[in-house]
Amino acid sequence: MNQYSKTVTVIKKVRSMRKRRGYLAAGILAALVLALCCAMLMLGSTIYPVKDVIRALLGEQVQGASFAVGTIRLPRMLAGLLAGLAFGIGGAVFQTMLRNPLANPNVIGITAGSSAAAVFCIVILHAGRSVVTLAAIAAGLAAALFIYLLSFRGKSFSIGRMIIVGIAIQAVCHSVILYMMLIARVSDIPAALRWLEGSLNGVQMADLRLLSIAVLVLAPAAIFMSRHLAMLELGDQAAASLGVHIDRTRIVLIVSAVILVAVATSVTGPIAAVAFLSGPIAKRLVGGGMSAILPAGLVGASLVLTADLIGQFAFPVRYPVGIITGIIGAPYLIYLLIRLNRRGEL
Amino acid sequence: MAMAPAHTLAADRIAAGYDGRVILQDISLEIPGNKISVIIGSNACGKSTLLKTLARLIKPVSGTITLDGRPIHSIPSKQLARIVGLLPQSPIVPEGISVADLVGRGRFPHQKLFGGWSKKDYEAVAEAMDMMNITELANANIDELSGGQRQRVWIAMALAQQTDILFLDEPTTFLDITYQVEILDLLTDLNRTFGKTIVMVLHDINLAARYADYMFAMKNGRLVAQGTPSQVITREIVKEVFGLECAVITDPVSASPSVVPIGRHHALHPVSTAMTP
Amino acid sequence: MTRPKHFTKILTLGILLIVLCAAASIVFGSRPSTMQEVLDGLFRPEADSYGAHVVRQRVSRTVFGFFCGAALGVSGALMQSVTRNPLADPGILGVNTGAALFVVSGIAFLNISTAGEYIGLALLGSSITAIVVFGISFLGRGSTPIKLVLAGAATGVALSSLVTAILLPRSYVMETFRFWQVGSVGAGDWQAVAIFLPFLLVGIGTAVAMAPALNALALGDEAAQGLGARTGLIRLVSAAAGVLLCGVTTALAGPIGFVGLLATHVVRLLLGPDIRYLIPMSALAGAVVLTVSDVCGRLIGRPGELEVGIITAFIGAPLLIALAKNMKVRSL
Repeated sequence: MNQYSKTVTVIKKVRSMRKRRGYLAAGILAALVLALCCAMLMLGSTIYPVKDVIRALLGEQVQGASFAVGTIRLPRMLAGLLAGLAFGIGGAVFQTMLRNPLANPNVIGITAGSSAAAVFCIVILHAGRSVVTLAAIAAGLAAALFIYLLSFRGKSFSIGRMIIVGIAIQAVCHSVILYMMLIARVSDIPAALRWLEGSLNGVQMADLRLLSIAVLVLAPAAIFMSRHLAMLELGDQAAASLGVHIDRTRIVLIVSAVILVAVATSVTGPIAAVAFLSGPIAKRLVGGGMSAILPAGLVGASLVLTADLIGQFAFPVRYPVGIITGIIGAPYLIYLLIRLNRRGEL
Repeated sequence: MAMAPAHTLAADRIAAGYDGRVILQDISLEIPGNKISVIIGSNACGKSTLLKTLARLIKPVSGTITLDGRPIHSIPSKQLARIVGLLPQSPIVPEGISVADLVGRGRFPHQKLFGGWSKKDYEAVAEAMDMMNITELANANIDELSGGQRQRVWIAMALAQQTDILFLDEPTTFLDITYQVEILDLLTDLNRTFGKTIVMVLHDINLAARYADYMFAMKNGRLVAQGTPSQVITREIVKEVFGLECAVITDPVSASPSVVPIGRHHALHPVSTAMTP
Repeated sequence: MTRPKHFTKILTLGILLIVLCAAASIVFGSRPSTMQEVLDGLFRPEADSYGAHVVRQRVSRTVFGFFCGAALGVSGALMQSVTRNPLADPGILGVNTGAALFVVSGIAFLNISTAGEYIGLALLGSSITAIVVFGISFLGRGSTPIKLVLAGAATGVALSSLVTAILLPRSYVMETFRFWQVGSVGAGDWQAVAIFLPFLLVGIGTAVAMAPALNALALGDEAAQGLGARTGLIRLVSAAAGVLLCGVTTALAGPIGFVGLLATHVVRLLLGPDIRYLIPMSALAGAVVLTVSDVCGRLIGRPGELEVGIITAFIGAPLLIALAKNMKVRSL
């Protein structure tokens, strides 16, 4: 229809302009993640040149590099990458679904539930790694289910109620963890401490199987549902009138996010603040032109890998990755509170 | 442009509510096709609830709602969203989204899971934006707009949905009188030019009487009266629905009935002969 | 407002409970004391048996526990009035964690060691956190109770992360580590009681004095101003008192959460919202809650103890959930 073609041109220009910014940001993030992955493989007590790293990855026996890269650095890098993706995407989905950037799995008790179960298995049951992993996943899912069911008053579900219930669960799980630390045998304490802040230490390739499956299946699923998420952002009523199945969509998205977060927690522990920071940072970088879910995953991966590199090499003492991200998290929280406040969203 | 054949939307003895309470009781009505219908009533009488129930946002606890004879709950969501659209009272404003993108979200029921916008999508959005005069705002962020502009954007989004039936929940509340009239005029254009069936909740009785082809008056969850404005806006019905003593005059501009309230300090003057008590 | 119904009966009940709690707290522990030991400990200062010492130590611990509970109860009541948010509690709002963070930082980086320094830093930490979190409640347009609680919880999580970050490399000092992660009254000796007393009196005194003004504030800012109340000043003074009480408690006992929430809600259920009665009765109720939790902690955790901060979380969380289920929660 010719009478609208001028407007169509205007709209196309607006959209492509914003999309371009989004793609650019996503591209830069992807490049950053790639660079960080390389750094993780190359740096260490011995720095191996790129050539040696590649040869070691391809299976050749390279003096020193094969062990360092293949057995230690590669699983560590993959763990950081996958966990960062999982926390970033999971956190961003939560924040969008619950319509508040402060409502992320760390605050709503999911990661605390996983950690509590893990610490319980370590300290009380003295269980092996696989049991701990499974318990962490199961507990994260159970916590999410529990919170979801408690958010109903009669038949009506409320996001606000879900948040309060989540905060209560978080408090309980946190207490459980602290109690476990109290009665732990001295030999168990280092293993248990890992569940307080999150760490990439001692991850083996075998540990990564479940996490890789979860990320490879669920991350694309979440990205696939970006359009539905965009509708939900407008509010339940507007979304429903646009033809979105509110309950179905919500459940699929939250279950995916919970699984991602729970599985990631089971491998690395609850890496502080990544689930919280990734979404808002990605949104700022990408702008409103496209969905921020995949960028959030990339931001998460960047955060984890960068923090781990800092934790390994920046100080005389090695710090686990969770401590570094925890330290970044606090000032960013304040900044976010101030910004949200000014915008009238708090 | 040819008038679209009207879809029929009817409710039969519905009762509905939320949070465990039943607000609507035993309501039966049929929405007149190709017309502008307005629901009026005092606060908390169930106007919004009725609108949302008709738009299938709330499931009635008893009774049925039919669209073209089919029970509305059996129609798949996306298909329904291509026929019926609702503009809620306070939609959430996401940050950092351009007006063009937001209006574009109204195309969701027509879009496939993957892929970008089709030619039809662009045209629908362009048409909606031109109609609501917001083309110059295409690149503005929606959270930076004024109330009146924002409301036009929301209506544009509902228009881009290209539904035959459009529900609007208090589209003019919180707007200046100029914007109120402007929006109601635009909605009238939609009805006269494209034959859209429009159902809205308005709290201003006089504006409602002026713009409506058909009115539904509610009190305490029940339908008290329905009909053309001159049938519904009468002294007795206004008294029953709002508890207000009034005189009803003919609006000198639009020839529709207009309510003039009688309070304790202003009584009916016997002098003027233009009054019809 | 007139005196709530059954006030005298409830007051009597409260006092009775306090006495019972005191008795339980003195008698029960890693092993229950015998009557002889109790009498020795209480009334014969020259009695030197182990049992008598234990009793004496429990007496000071009990009094300390009462003080902590009272302070947290009143602090909770004040915070709820100031923010007009029934879910406010120094623990939930992250104010306690802020206090703990500053103290921990002081220990780690500034080598502080005196009680005065602990209290000073704790007060600084709780004030700053309170300013940030409370500021949201006043400045944020469209702020709802949930948004405030969410902001507080997120702050608490972030600050707790920082506390762990500081303590983890120093975790060889496990005692200190645990103490600043979750509160306990185990260290409550007469010295702590003596330090606590003036702060407690100032804090509760201020609260009682501000109570009529807070009743006006509860009507809404504009209504209160219409009645001649200076809302800004009232808020500032009341918030300061609340922060003082929870700051000192955290300095001496570590972060204990939910006591304010528990105490104020029980009292509100029984006596209604009149703040002139809410404040003193919250002190009473808080003391009871804390002591009961402490006794349970000692009994469950034999031969060691389960810190009171852990028990209050276990009791407080279900209450929070019950509140959420019963409240009409305004959508976010």
